[in-house]
Order: sequence, then structure tokens, then C-alpha cells
Amino acid sequence: MRHIISILIENEAGALSRVAGLFSARGYNIESLTVAPTEDSSLSRMTLVTRGNDHIIEQITKQLNKLVDVVKLIDLAEAVHIERELMLVKIHTTENSRAEVKRLNDIFRGKIIDVTAASYVVEMTGPSDKLDAFIHALDPDSIIEVVRSGPTGISRGEKGLHL
Amino acid sequence: MELSGGEIIVRCLKDEGVEYIFGYPGGAVLHLYDAIFQQDDVQHILVRHEQAATHAADAYARATGKPGVVLVTSGPGATNAVTGIATAYMDSIPMVVISGQVPTAVIGSDAFQEVDMVGITRPCVKHNFLVKRTEDIAETMKKAFYVATTGRPGPVVVDIPKDITEPGYKIPYHYPESIHMRSYNPAVMGHKGQIKKAVDLLLLAKRPIIYAGGGVILGEASEELTEITRMLGFPITNTLMGLGSFPATDKQFIGMLGMHGTYEANLAMHESDVILAVGARFDDRVTGKIAEFCPYAKIIHIDVDPASISKTVMVDVPIVGQVKPVLQQMIDLIQDSKMRPSEEALSAWWSQIDNWRSIDCLAYDRHSEIIKPQYVIEQLYQVTQGDAYITSDVGQHQMFAAQFYPFDKPRRWINSGGLGTMGFGLPAAIGAKLAFPDADVACITGEASIQMCIQELATALQYDTPVKIINLNNRYMGMVRQWQEFNYSGRYSHSYMDTIPDFVKLAESYGHVGIRVDKPEQVKDAIEQAFAMKDRTVFLDFMTDREENVYPMIEAGKAHHDMKLRVAPSAKTERELA
Ligand SMILES: Cc1cc2nc3c(=O)[nH]c(=O)nc-3n(C[C@H](O)[C@H](O)[C@H](O)COP(=O)(O)OP(=O)(O)OC[C@H]3O[C@@H](n4cnc5c(N)ncnc54)[C@H](O)[C@@H]3O)c2cc1C
Ligand SMILES: Cc1ncc(C[n+]2csc(CCOP(=O)(O)OP(=O)(O)O)c2C)c(N)n1
Ligand SMILES: [Mg+2]
Repeated sequence: MRHIISILIENEAGALSRVAGLFSARGYNIESLTVAPTEDSSLSRMTLVTRGNDHIIEQITKQLNKLVDVVKLIDLAEAVHIERELMLVKIHTTENSRAEVKRLNDIFRGKIIDVTAASYVVEMTGPSDKLDAFIHALDPDSIIEVVRSGPTGISRGEKGLHL
Repeated sequence: MELSGGEIIVRCLKDEGVEYIFGYPGGAVLHLYDAIFQQDDVQHILVRHEQAATHAADAYARATGKPGVVLVTSGPGATNAVTGIATAYMDSIPMVVISGQVPTAVIGSDAFQEVDMVGITRPCVKHNFLVKRTEDIAETMKKAFYVATTGRPGPVVVDIPKDITEPGYKIPYHYPESIHMRSYNPAVMGHKGQIKKAVDLLLLAKRPIIYAGGGVILGEASEELTEITRMLGFPITNTLMGLGSFPATDKQFIGMLGMHGTYEANLAMHESDVILAVGARFDDRVTGKIAEFCPYAKIIHIDVDPASISKTVMVDVPIVGQVKPVLQQMIDLIQDSKMRPSEEALSAWWSQIDNWRSIDCLAYDRHSEIIKPQYVIEQLYQVTQGDAYITSDVGQHQMFAAQFYPFDKPRRWINSGGLGTMGFGLPAAIGAKLAFPDADVACITGEASIQMCIQELATALQYDTPVKIINLNNRYMGMVRQWQEFNYSGRYSHSYMDTIPDFVKLAESYGHVGIRVDKPEQVKDAIEQAFAMKDRTVFLDFMTDREENVYPMIEAGKAHHDMKLRVAPSAKTERELA
């Protein structure tokens, strides 16, 4: 099963490599990983997407918690949560395809943020499957570049992951 | 008081109560060595190879319970220490390793003797730090000792760039009394409800067993373990790392379990209905084939590290906490409870166990004309009256030591279990002897292992640490040869060396006494003679049976009830035993 683990970690040099090293050393897989400082600059928030059965996920969360730099973590998949990913897509456009790309972009509520005579750059956020759907809707030959942030997430309701 | 970075480190060690620091100098730590030179609070022990510094410090920690401290230079000094750091990590030994680093300005430029020590050691330390400012040294040192010694102990590396120890730059010194780390809060007390559940399960057990490991020793809980075991009247087995946590000469002790454990311990595990696992981590040398591990048992597991629980074997009652308070709580609950384990069930269980015991699975040929390694260990036990600190290397000799030297006290058995590091024994003996100068210390080793840190004979002379080296010289890497005999039709690929040195002369050239022993009847005398020389390091080179094997053996991937014995019980005996 897919799990989204959200981690508060000391914002220190090397903290990221401890997490990445743990996954490679123990053979766990990482589908995606995003990191950035939080409102408290001494802390970073990491969102990590991984897959595994319950036993593996339990070991992953225990091993992560054991890292001295990890302050707290939750498995977002355990409760209702919101998941968002940012994607930038550079699309090759022609006289004929421009309108269609624009129409698709509107349907998916994307933003065209760069325009040249032969290309658009589309910015889009949403759950990862929506971004997948947009990509599938495009003519594959028209895609010049896709850049995705990997999902980040937050739980629903008033409770939060903080100190 | 204003101190330089180098002086601060030494002062921190003093304030931590550190007696010895095991190390080896080099460019990146010269300021630090100069600071060491100018004081006598902390004594520096100069080893002959950085690996030995880590093993000696590690053994000092195992013998005393206090953290071991190591100092090495950058680059090759640091990499030489890695094996010892990994050794301590696998056995959860508290240790602080200070490594020199190139100056901050050139970090990352492939400077002379630069290695990314924090990167290299990350997977084999509990935590590590790269300190970048003189101002951060004291607090980081405090954190290092705190992390190394609390929770599940382990080694911590503090990497110190040369420029922050500069003698010309002095700052006020303050060592924090205590430290709080918001990201690190190891558990102490166990969950009350879980403890109650565990006690209920224990009191209803019919075929119970206590399986106790290194965590009992690390957690100073031998007394509590002994008390609860006697109170309940249950059989108890130890892992290799747990030996000495319960008196091995006690009737309730049924020997070590696992790959080279006793017949009775492994079968009792296999047939048990309730297992109390205490500070043990279900290592693969212990469990054998997981799918067939203890099929009838409900398992209670006390461990301070939640990640040890249900890692390889799923348990029924997990208790996260320090063994000592958890066992005490269990003892109190049992005392308050009106229930007692069923005497009838227990006596049936004990008679079953005594049946298994009766096959005497450790028996060996006592009439051999060639020295049997087991016999040497038995004699060593006699001569030292079971009260020595015994360090070991890795191989058959290690298993014979575990099987034939019953430890009645914790911290007497000092060996590398998790990593299985050959070369550990001799530096470990030096570390233990420094910790307890008046105690007998022996290093049980093999002719292959001893050569991995033989240079430490010089350290033993310099610091006057008279240890006795018990070399079980079978002219083979016996443990490797045994596997090759069993699994590779006796093709002994590279498991022996053609050119074994004359250890007697070697010992003499290092300034020690060497004695070669060829005949069984000389064994006891030789050991007595060696221990009578109180102030000399003695190298006893025993020519032992070349092809002796360690039994019982659960071969890799097999289950507890599938043991290879020296003499397989006949079908009739098996039926009677069942
Ligand atoms: C050649 C060779 C053969 C071997 N054969 C065997 C064999 O036959 N049988 C055998 O048993 N081993 C054998 N070993 C050793 C084996 O590899 C493991 O090192 C050993 O089994 C682990 O012991 P342990 O489970 O007691 O764990 P340890 O490594 O001692 O770990 C201690 C556990 O206790 C926990 N802990 C630590 N402190 C506390 C505390 N204060 N409170 C609560 N919990 C705590 C830790 O989190 C950890 O889970 C062999 C090794 C070698 C080299
Ligand atoms: C550093 C290291 N290298 C290799 C091994 C693998 N190994 C385990 S036991 C052993 C042989 C040990 O031989 P010896 O010291 O003579 O002991 P014996 O088994 O003969 O008693 C070897 C090579 C190891 N444990 N450690
Ligand atoms: Mg040998």
C-alpha cells in the first residue's frame, strides 16, 4: 500500500542524507521526497511517499523515529488528509494544437505561465492522479519536459503536526 | 576561564569523568594532542592501530558500563576506526569517537587526509556530528555522551576540524550540566497495561521460558532478571550477548540458545507456550528459520528500542522501556498477585527439559591424546575460578568459550556478537584490564583472529596490562573450515595459512612470555603458571585438535528442533525424550 509519511526534522546539514541513507541501507523504497524549512526555521518538513505492507511501514516509521534528528512524524495515509503536488509541463505547440492545449489546461484548472511561438509552460497543482490524468490527455509527442515536485500533504481537521 | 577548542575537548572529557582515551595522533588532531600533553586528568592510551583503539574503548565500556572514548586523526585514522565503530554499533555499546577533520575552510576540496567521516559512519553510528565552531564544542560533546549512553546505547562520532581547536583562539568554557534534545526522548518506563498483560500471561504459562539478551547487561538489570526468574521458577536461556545476565551455574539456566546453543535451550524454545524475551533482538543466529520459530508460543518482548520489537518475529505483548524498571514492575505485580504458575505444569515441563539435558549435547572426547579446545576452556574456568574477564575473538574458539565458561556475573564476557569482528579480542582484553587492573583478564582467540590486531602486544607492554592470551591454535580458520566440511564437501578453500608464526617467539619479541602447549596433560599447569605471573602478559599457544567442530549446530535456514549434534540421539532415545 502507498503511504505518505510526513516528518518534522531538525533543519541541519546532513539530516536529509540520514533519511535517504536509512531507506537505501534497509532496502525500503522511496517514491518521492520533498523537503523545505517550516515557519520555524530550525525545523524542516519532509514528505515521503513509500510503499510496503503494514509490517514494512511499521519498521519504516520506527526506524525514522529512531533517527536522532527526527522530531516527529505521522503517516498521513492513516487518516483523512489532503495531498497536493505541483507540476510544471513544457508543451510544444503548433498553430493547430494551441487552442486544444489551452482548453485542456482550463479543464484541469492549470495556469499557462510562459508562452513562446512554439511552446507553453503549464503550472498545475492537485492530487498526483489529477496531474497524471492531464499528462495522459496531452499528445505524448508534444511534451518537451515534465517537472513534478512529488506530493506533499496535510491532515484534515484542526489537529496538526508541530512541536 | 578561557580555553582553546583543543583544551575544551579535553576539559569536557574530564567533566564527563572519562578516565581513559584510546587514540593515535596525526596532523588534524595535533592541537588536541598538545592539550592532552598539558594535563593529567584524562590518561591517553596509545594503541598501535586505530581499530584497536575502538575495540579497547568498546571493551572498557562493556566491562564498566561507562562510555568508551576514542581519538583518531582525519582520513586514514578515521577510516581505520570504522570497523570498531561498527562493532560497537551492532552490539549497542556506548562510545564517543572524536575524529580529526581537515580545517573548515578546505572541507569538500579533497584536502590532504580528508574523508567525509560523518558520511562514512552514518550507517554504523547511533548519531554523529560535524562541529564547525569552537563555540559549539562543549554542547556537542555533552550531546554526544548523552546520546551514546541513554536509550539503546551506541557509538557517537564527533568530527572536529583542525581550525576549531586552534590554540590561539580561546573562549570562555562552560560545560552544560544536562541537556535536552527535543528530537530525542528515549523511553524509560513501560506501559502499565502491557506489563499487567505480560504478567497474566506468565502466570498462566505451562511451558514457559525466559530468553534474555544483551539488553539486560546494558540495562544493568541482572539482579531483577535473577529475581523474577527465581520467583517464577522458569527455565532461562541467554543469547551470546546475554551470557552472565543470569548465573550460568544456576539449575534454572539451560544454556545459550541459537545456532550453537544447547539442545535443551533450543528445544525448550521450540516447545514453549510463553516466551519472555528481555533485551534480546531475535537475531537470525538465534531464531533460525523464522517461519518455524517457536510455533506454539505467545511472546512478550521487553526492549527499549521500539524498532527491535516485531522486526523479524511478530510478538504478542510488546513492552517498550528500560529492562530494569519494567522487570521491577513485573516483580511487584507478581508479588501482589495471588496467582502462582501451576506447579504441576512446571514440574512436567522441567522433567521434559531434564530429559533433553540428559543427552549432554556439549559432551566431547575427554580421553583424546590431542588437546581439545573445550578442555582448555574448562581448565581456564577452573584456574580462574570462573571469575575472570574473558574477551574473545571470532570463530570456533568464541563458541567454545561461550559454551564452556559459565559466567555467573554480567560484564565478564566481552565479545563481538553482532558484527563478529576478528581482531577484537586482544585490544578488548587491554581495555578490560585497564578498567579492572586487579582482575584476571584472558583473551580467548584463534591463530587467525589474533593476527588481526597482534600489534597490540606492544600496547599491552607500554601500559603494563598483563593479560593472558589463550590461543586455541588449530592451524585453521576453524569456523570457516567447519562450514566447508559441512556444506562444501570438505573443500577447504583458503581456510588455512601455510605460514603461521612462532607465537612464542613473537610474544617474546614484544617483551612478553610465550608458552607453547602440545599435550593435554600440560594444559592446566600452563594456565596456572601463566596466571601466577601476575605482572606479565603471557601468550599461551595451545596446539589443539585441527578438526574439532562446534556442536550442537543449527545450520543456516533451519529451525530450532533441527539441530546437528555430535552424537545424534538414537530413534529410541528420541522417542523417550519426546
Ligand atoms: C560466530 C558467531 C556465532 C554466533 N552464534 C550465536 C548463537 O549460537 N547464539 C546466539 O545467541 N548468538 C550467536 N551469535 C551472536 C549473534 O550474532 C547476535 O549478536 C546475538 O544473538 C544478539 O544478542 P541479543 O539478542 O542479546 O542482542 P544484543 O545485540 O545484545 O541487543 C540488545 C537488545 O536489547 C535492547 N536493549 C539495550 N539496552 C536495553 C535496556 N536498557 N532496556 C531494554 N532493552 C535494551 C536493544 O535495543 C537490543 O534490541 C553468534 C555470533 C558469532 C560471531
Ligand atoms: C574481520 C573478519 N574477517 C573474516 C571473518 C570471517 N570469519 C569468521 S570466523 C573466521 C575464522 C577464525 O579463525 P580462528 O581465529 O583461527 O578461529 P577458530 O575458528 O579456528 O577457532 C573467519 C575468517 C570475520 N568474522 N571477521
Ligand atoms: Mg583457528
